[in-house]
Amino acid sequence: MFRISKKESFSKKEAISYRLIGFLIGIVLSGIIIAALGYPVIKTFISLAEGSFGSAIAIRNTISFLIPLSVTALGLSIAFKMRYWNIGGEGQILMGATAAMGVSMIMPASTPGPLMMIAMLLAGFVGGSVWALIPGFFRIHMKTNETLFTLMMNYLAICFVQYLYFELWKDPAKMGFPGIQDIPFKARIPYVSGVSLAIVAPLIIVILVFFLIKKTKLGYEIRVVGESEPTAHYAGMNVKKIMFVGVLLSGGIVGIAGAVKLMGSTGTLSSSLGGGAGFTAIVIAWLANLSAPMIIVVSFLIAALEQGAQFIQVRMGVPAAVADIVKGLILMSVLGSEFMLRYKVVVGAHGAKNKLDAIPSDKEEVHHVEPIVETKENAL
Amino acid sequence: MEPNIRKDTQPAFSMRGITKIFGAVVANEAVDFEVLPGEIHALLGENGSGKSTLMNVLSGIYRPDEGQIEVNGEIKDFRSPGDAIDSGIGMIHQHFKLAEAMTATDNIVAGMKKPPKNSIKKDDVLRANILRYASRSPSKTHPKINEFSSRFGIEFDPSIPASQLSVSQKQSVEIIKVLLRGANILILDEPTAVLTPQEAKKLFTVLRKMASQGCAIVFISHKLNEIMTLCDRVTVLRKGKSIETCNVSDIDAYDLVEKMVGRKINLSINKPDPDPKKQVCLEVKGLTYSDSKAVPKLDNLSFTTHYGEILGVAGLAGGGQKELCESIAGIIRPQQGEIMVDEERITGLSPRDITQKGVAMCFIPEDRLGMGLVASMGIDENILLKEYALTKGPLIRMKDVETKAEKIIKELDIKTPGLKHPVRMLSGGNIQKVILGREIHLNPKLMIAAYAVRGLDIHSSYTIYNLLNEQKQKNVSVLYIGEDLDVLIDLCDRIMVLCQGKNMGIVDSSATTKEEIGQMMSGTTLEELRRGVSYV
Repeated sequence: MFRISKKESFSKKEAISYRLIGFLIGIVLSGIIIAALGYPVIKTFISLAEGSFGSAIAIRNTISFLIPLSVTALGLSIAFKMRYWNIGGEGQILMGATAAMGVSMIMPASTPGPLMMIAMLLAGFVGGSVWALIPGFFRIHMKTNETLFTLMMNYLAICFVQYLYFELWKDPAKMGFPGIQDIPFKARIPYVSGVSLAIVAPLIIVILVFFLIKKTKLGYEIRVVGESEPTAHYAGMNVKKIMFVGVLLSGGIVGIAGAVKLMGSTGTLSSSLGGGAGFTAIVIAWLANLSAPMIIVVSFLIAALEQGAQFIQVRMGVPAAVADIVKGLILMSVLGSEFMLRYKVVVGAHGAKNKLDAIPSDKEEVHHVEPIVETKENAL
Repeated sequence: MEPNIRKDTQPAFSMRGITKIFGAVVANEAVDFEVLPGEIHALLGENGSGKSTLMNVLSGIYRPDEGQIEVNGEIKDFRSPGDAIDSGIGMIHQHFKLAEAMTATDNIVAGMKKPPKNSIKKDDVLRANILRYASRSPSKTHPKINEFSSRFGIEFDPSIPASQLSVSQKQSVEIIKVLLRGANILILDEPTAVLTPQEAKKLFTVLRKMASQGCAIVFISHKLNEIMTLCDRVTVLRKGKSIETCNVSDIDAYDLVEKMVGRKINLSINKPDPDPKKQVCLEVKGLTYSDSKAVPKLDNLSFTTHYGEILGVAGLAGGGQKELCESIAGIIRPQQGEIMVDEERITGLSPRDITQKGVAMCFIPEDRLGMGLVASMGIDENILLKEYALTKGPLIRMKDVETKAEKIIKELDIKTPGLKHPVRMLSGGNIQKVILGREIHLNPKLMIAAYAVRGLDIHSSYTIYNLLNEQKQKNVSVLYIGEDLDVLIDLCDRIMVLCQGKNMGIVDSSATTKEEIGQMMSGTTLEELRRGVSYV
């Protein structure tokens, strides 16, 4: 006997305190589990923090987690702004990396390093956007459901890369073991004092995306299409074209995330290159409320959590599953606080009654009221 | 009409000291409201005055924070709409809720409870019979429903699917539905909004018959003349408080408006003379359009509009008004016909090019926000919607738009905390002013205003009429699509009547009556009318 209703508004202060409380609840919950399993609670959490920020290496690793997450989330956020549910980040990362890999294999070994890197990044963009535009085309012209379609494209991409891995691109030098050759050393993104220069990618892309959405006509059109397609039509916008370009940019940026991962960390292609970043990025984009600068902040926190969770496995001997539980509980609590921030739950008989309390204006109320009466009558 | 109420009778229901608070908004504050059996009682108030909240409290959808409800002398605590129905309270909403594929009978019977076995009331026997037959033998149920309906002078064929019933018949089905559930307190929320004048008259007869049989009827309406002709008493709400209850015979329309708004308001629309030159602005020739399901919406429609005049368009909901507007604005492509502005063909041009040719449109859809506005954006970004494409380069320019937004806010007296404040948070009247202000600022030759006062209260409506008249005086050609025939006659110079996408004729508003327009709306052409033929 409870009901959920949307809050009218919330202040910045509320927003911060809700999220902090959510985070603390996550810490407490996972603390209980850690204690129940017989590990020292405080020490585990200290190691968690140490693992993500405690040392130069820790920070470096956190940053290397951050790069693909933030670039992917930035790409997805463009599609989400249009209410185009691009769930295909994982596949677009893989296809971006595949295209970049392909370019590195085709280009003659004598190509200068910077040229090859630029070509690979461009290929990454093309690979990701083509993979995104396949479902995009069907959505735009035939109104298929893009959520399912983009999701399915992930599995296709994984299978395709596996095929390359085991068959087409199998490296003969591996003496019969499956695997693809490494990209040329000159195409790898260099490290400066231990930090991959790939960090430049999210920093540039966040500025571009922010500028695109806030300052350009295309960004404005994307926002209007996401809000109301009839309004966009009415204003004379070419909705199909806007959606096409939006999906192209979205997939392209995600593809770049794949290329950067290939060039900056893995050095070779495999179906695990994405590492789930395409899915985690969906959570990041929404936690950041689709705001480009916030995506960087949230990505950093999520990356720190991931890195810290890996570290406690090593340092404390905590099993991987437990580390995952800690990670999951904290994430879930923060997500839960987001829900509590936007909605309120009223418990009890009173809650069941005033189901549709909201500040009503005469007309709207009638609309709200209808469903209840309907169900009531049917229930009689 | 002499009200058939006895002052000494116990009220059918009484609400005392009802207070309902939503967050920071006090929707109802210590409202008293009671209706006697056999009485038709009007509930009058501007938008946001708390009428709907009060009725939702009465029908069990909301629970009051304070106050009590008595029905037939018994204190009631409604925990759900079902409780209210059991106490004999029935609400007829503005939007009907019928299963289109089911017959009228099925719709009426669906979800009905069996009356108690030992009940002795005559109605319960009839109800029991209807229920018993409904599942086994529909052919036996239909006459029973007819028998029940005819008591109130309601006629419809219960055997046909709801989708084939007319709007007014659907309303009848809704009424029978609640009456058969034993309702003797009936709440009608703006029941005439969807009816032709003729249908409204029929409804009034039905309501009077029901009242004469002891029903208590709450009649919610914005239309003062309806209240004056139909109702016995009227209760006025203002800003959530009950202001006064009085006999309709003791009061005139001007007093009512004053009580409702809280100050005197001039109810006549100041109508400037149209430009005598009659220079043609828009010319529509043989416009024909069928939607994607091949349902004809516009049928060989031809007319012209002149500079410096307001041409009204009257017609029942769904008579092709929307398609006409969208064809002119270039949003849909008609299959046949031509649209010319200043003798220049605009059919086939993109919406943006048509805007550039001087056509502006203010179309208020039923949800008020769906078309023409971006709900989460501020006034500035909504004004940008029509302008961003006109500037050069790939970037948007907010500076100019912000100045313009401030100007429009000032000129039209739009109440907003700031120009970045999301428009969905504004009140209906202010939202509509934003659209209208934006379109006026495009300096159009032709201004299409469709349902521009939809859902607005009297005060805001008159502001909008004045704005349109200003446009007319600036020699703009205005095409006004409206629902309220009184307003159409008062505001427009000529009125075109649409029926199923056909032009039934264009009448001079100074030489026509509501009845004439009403007959044309239901399918009689002007020529036939003038020859004395009528199908209604």
